[in-house]
Amino acid sequence: MSDKPETSSKNTVQHQDPANEIRYVNLYEAADKIYTRRITGFYQRLRRYTGIPLLLGYLLMPWLVIDGRPAMLFDLPERKFHILSLTFWPHDGMLLAFLLIIAAFALFTVTVLVGRVWCGFTCPQTVWTQMFIWAEHFCQGDRNKRMKLDAGPWNAEKILRKTGTHTIWLAISLITALTFVGYFFPIRGLIYDLVTFQSDLAPAFWVVFFAGATYMNAGFLREQVCKYMCPYARFQSVMYDRDTLTVFYNYKRGENRGPRKPNEDYKAKGLGDCIDCSWCVQVCPVDIDIRDGLQPDCIDCGLCVDACNTVMDKMGYERGLISFTTEEAIETGKSNVFRPRLVGYAFILLAMISVFVYTISTRVPVGMEVLRDRGVRMYRVAGDEIQNVYTIKINNMDRHGHVFDVAVTGSYSFELKGYRPSEVAEGDILTVPVRVTVKRSELKDVQTPIIITVQSRENPDVRASHSTSFIGPASGAR
Amino acid sequence: MGIFWNFWIIGLTLTNLALLLWVLLANSKVAVSDQDQEENRTTGHSYDGIEEYDNPLPRWWFYLFIGTFIFAIGYLIVFPGLGDWKGVSGWTSVKELRGHQQQADARYAEQFGIYANTPIEQLARDPAAMRMGLRLFANNCAVCHGADGGGNFGFPNLTDDDWLWGGTPEKIKETILHGRQAAMPAWSAILGETGITNVTEYVLSLSGSEHDDVKSTAGEQLFVTNCAVCHGVDGKGNQLLGAPNLTDNIWLYGGEPHEIRQTIRQGRNGMMPAQQELLKEERIHLLAAYVYSLSLEDAE
Repeated sequence: MSDKPETSSKNTVQHQDPANEIRYVNLYEAADKIYTRRITGFYQRLRRYTGIPLLLGYLLMPWLVIDGRPAMLFDLPERKFHILSLTFWPHDGMLLAFLLIIAAFALFTVTVLVGRVWCGFTCPQTVWTQMFIWAEHFCQGDRNKRMKLDAGPWNAEKILRKTGTHTIWLAISLITALTFVGYFFPIRGLIYDLVTFQSDLAPAFWVVFFAGATYMNAGFLREQVCKYMCPYARFQSVMYDRDTLTVFYNYKRGENRGPRKPNEDYKAKGLGDCIDCSWCVQVCPVDIDIRDGLQPDCIDCGLCVDACNTVMDKMGYERGLISFTTEEAIETGKSNVFRPRLVGYAFILLAMISVFVYTISTRVPVGMEVLRDRGVRMYRVAGDEIQNVYTIKINNMDRHGHVFDVAVTGSYSFELKGYRPSEVAEGDILTVPVRVTVKRSELKDVQTPIIITVQSRENPDVRASHSTSFIGPASGAR
Repeated sequence: MGIFWNFWIIGLTLTNLALLLWVLLANSKVAVSDQDQEENRTTGHSYDGIEEYDNPLPRWWFYLFIGTFIFAIGYLIVFPGLGDWKGVSGWTSVKELRGHQQQADARYAEQFGIYANTPIEQLARDPAAMRMGLRLFANNCAVCHGADGGGNFGFPNLTDDDWLWGGTPEKIKETILHGRQAAMPAWSAILGETGITNVTEYVLSLSGSEHDDVKSTAGEQLFVTNCAVCHGVDGKGNQLLGAPNLTDNIWLYGGEPHEIRQTIRQGRNGMMPAQQELLKEERIHLLAAYVYSLSLEDAE
């Protein structure tokens, strides 16, 4: 949205008022369709080479198989996330939250350093929009041709070109949706089931849903998502400082802008290097004029940089009238990279990554839970023993079976009875009631803390313990 | 709901909807006298010299808002919301619950159906069935009998080989299905305090516990007269009546002299509630097998 006052006829209603002229402006304006000019250059190549590997990774990951299971599978019915060789259980939710916090801090760090490059180069919204624009370009030609085609009447050619565009769009959307749902349902079975029309309703619905969402998002909403919906876009400007690398127009070099004849001494006419060709505006996917200065809509994609450099080359001027630079560099000519804000973010990020890696690598693949019997009595007297009953749940999160031993420790000679070791299969939960007993004469406390430990026989490192309490009779009942 | 409140709610709901719609429409256009002047193009706020343009919102945003109104009206037609209006779908939370219950019942029927026709002795040795039995037991029986089935004061131990009402699979199932009502009468009026003490000493002697020989000899006659009817002349109990075996040193209400005296003096009324209505036949079949398996482990 340009910040020029909107005076087009579609948004204003003229009312002739005898005293003075009052115009009524509609506060909800229709979005202008953006026709971007195709441009090539260094940053466009960079975008392609960052986008393609990510895209391929996204498309191929569901097909990858590690020890007979999909390498990446978010198994919602089973509530297990398989990521490469790790399996995450519901109670690993903390780790997931941790991972998201790390990702957020990585984004903050990158933003302080190089602005919104995530948006311009790697954000799915941008990458998919890029693909869709490519399809438009492929079927309908470049900017001027597309504008003409849209303005022109419906004829056979227009129908053919539009149909072609939307066919490609839908094909991309469908592949995207199938891949996405393939992260939640094993993709081979999913596609087979869909093709043979025997799929469950849920996966089929989600494929259609995400195909529709992709088509809408990359086809029609495009930059509207970045401008009005994306939360990151809302607060990224807070992280910018004067040393943030972002796309700037060097007004000192460029002004005053204006057309000129080749080979004339334009500086004598008081003109700067900007020839006012408006290419930078025509290529912009969010329809801003970078020459107005830094704007919150700018996604740092570098298209205008490439466009301007192309023009500068044609004119024989020096490159970099529009470039990735910093406010400080334009004002003073030098810029400071290592500043407290960036160093702080980077330090916190490194610390969190270290802790996360440590946590993941030392994760013990066994979980346990101990429930004291919530029965009618707190304890049981059996002969000369006091007994407490506990239900132990042993959750084997390893990739193969284990036989576990269970032991109890406490300040009296507690014994654990009624547990029989048996094989707990991979991903299985063993629920077993046990008795913890102690001599009646020995026990002095109403409540004694005890620790119950489970340990694998095959691998002593696979162990977990749980502290609970042992209840005995009150002193009066002894 | 009375007629007044009915219309009160309908009125409130519709008035609010209409007001919201009016707010949206009334504010969709604004009169501007001179947009070309810079100060008229900002919201007028200034934070640290940063000002905010007052640019129009996108049109689709407006349509999205309109869409929510259409949804609200559709919702109020389909679902209950307008006072007494039941909604054309007839949805109620109770109906939804019943539907879920039916689904669950159908699913469980399939699960339990596999086991329903298997004899209990066989089920008790089937690990998968016993894992299910364990969970059923933990949810429904463990509160009284303990998670391990070991019982407690007043609640029988199910893991030993001592049965009040019989330990055959059929008897166990019968116990769970229909419940049991034990009745040990109070003897204080008949025996008197001295008699109670003497009988207690005799009962202690039956299980070879520490006792006073003189008093127990005196108690024997009283026992044969009053207690043998249920507990048998030898004190071995009677599973038809749920009368405990007094010779095995397993005590439901404690084996200390004062506890036995209390039992004789006051009587006891053991009560196993019937589970037939609550748990249904197929679950009880599995539970009986689980309880039976507990005593098997003990015997092994």
